[in-house]
Amino acid sequence: MAKTTPPNEHRALRIGVAGPVGTGKSSVIATLCRSLSDEFVIGVITNDIYTDEDARFLRSEGVLPAERIRAVETGACPHTAIRDDVTMNLIAIEDLERDFAPLDIVLVESGGDNLTATFSPALIDAQLFVLDVAGGGDVARKGGPGIGGADLLVINKVDLAEHVDVDVEQMVTDAEKAREGRPVLAISRKRPETTSQLCDWVRQLHRAYADGSHAPVDPGPMAPHFHATDDGSHVHSHGGGHTHHQHGHE
Amino acid sequence: MAQGQAALLLLADGRLPAGGYAHSGGLEPTVQAGRVSDAAGLEQFLVGRAETTGFVAAVFAAAACERAVRDDIAALSALESELDARTPSPELRSVSRTLGRQLLRVMSTIHPHPHFALLGTAPHQPVVMGVAAAALGLGPRDAALAILHESVAGPAAAAAKLMRIDPFDVHAALARATERLDRLADAAANHADAPASELPSRGAPLSDIAAEHHRSWNVRLFAS
Repeated sequence: MAKTTPPNEHRALRIGVAGPVGTGKSSVIATLCRSLSDEFVIGVITNDIYTDEDARFLRSEGVLPAERIRAVETGACPHTAIRDDVTMNLIAIEDLERDFAPLDIVLVESGGDNLTATFSPALIDAQLFVLDVAGGGDVARKGGPGIGGADLLVINKVDLAEHVDVDVEQMVTDAEKAREGRPVLAISRKRPETTSQLCDWVRQLHRAYADGSHAPVDPGPMAPHFHATDDGSHVHSHGGGHTHHQHGHE
Repeated sequence: MAQGQAALLLLADGRLPAGGYAHSGGLEPTVQAGRVSDAAGLEQFLVGRAETTGFVAAVFAAAACERAVRDDIAALSALESELDARTPSPELRSVSRTLGRQLLRVMSTIHPHPHFALLGTAPHQPVVMGVAAAALGLGPRDAALAILHESVAGPAAAAAKLMRIDPFDVHAALARATERLDRLADAAANHADAPASELPSRGAPLSDIAAEHHRSWNVRLFAS
């Protein structure tokens, strides 16, 4: 695809963090900053829907110098700001990279949205999608572009699983199935061994980005999947160009 | 038929990825203050905006376009400071420059032109609109019309999120405003070659005050 960003060999690795409201995106970012700030110079862009609450939370956590955390107001359209019209975020990232050069990593937090919102590859190099067990054990099975196609799926707050009757292992298995083998991590900030896996994933990603072997992927539209129909099963994809049949069975 | 209509539609389309969707054109604080609460009030707001700040923006877009067509980019800095002088609210000056920067970012990527690099980092939106119009082969009246269209279409789109209103009523108001926008674009284009200091300076003081209040809120749907 045409790159919106001018080529810059020295720019930071840009990682998007997407997922529904309340699943712990800010907390994941706080964890990454806290654990990795000795190794990497990190900047953060938050996208809020009504406020700059997320930027304030991260500043109050003291995980980074406050000036390296900036908020973008998305006018009640958080999905647009990371996908269809990324200009505001692109400018915010470029400013941050310029003001604190050289940054190693910029984390971009999307305003919490629904399961279909993913980052445009014009904005970020890789993205993680955050779910939590409290949102329901069946969410991972539902798939969709974020769950199915993000570079990493994080299932957060696994310490709460027993209180909300969610079988974490099953949820991870469902997610792995929906993701066709792409990585899934079950984490809790109360279980350091799980968050260290997350940090390792970021370290590995940064190594791959630095040596040029990281290939950005776009979760994009929903992946092709099967529907059982009266005339047999067939594969199709939702979204653009999907005009060839009726869903008479639904 | 006029030339360049397709280019004008491209430039004026709210789907152009220039970040306009994050702004309500002052409608959010106006609704919150209770000054607009129904379709009739919204229509008055839109007309008022087009006739005042919208018209001034249109004049400056037309003037910028006229200067860009003549390759007189040096003359744009006078437009910048004159537009600053016509925008009392620091917040609205900042919003105009933010939107200008975003439009510049998009246009210099999708339709490169040597003029774009000469505009500085954050020029006013109407100035960028004028230069972009010229780069697309359009004229001052087109630039004026594009800005006028945005000055009402932006808050109109925001209305559905801010008020209890039928979206058809919103667009009925826009439909009734079309002749007015054409007339205002003609009038704005008539000023295109006037010296920057002589350009009209209509204002809407309450919208400047509302923008300053809005900036101080902790919770808001739109950036302006």
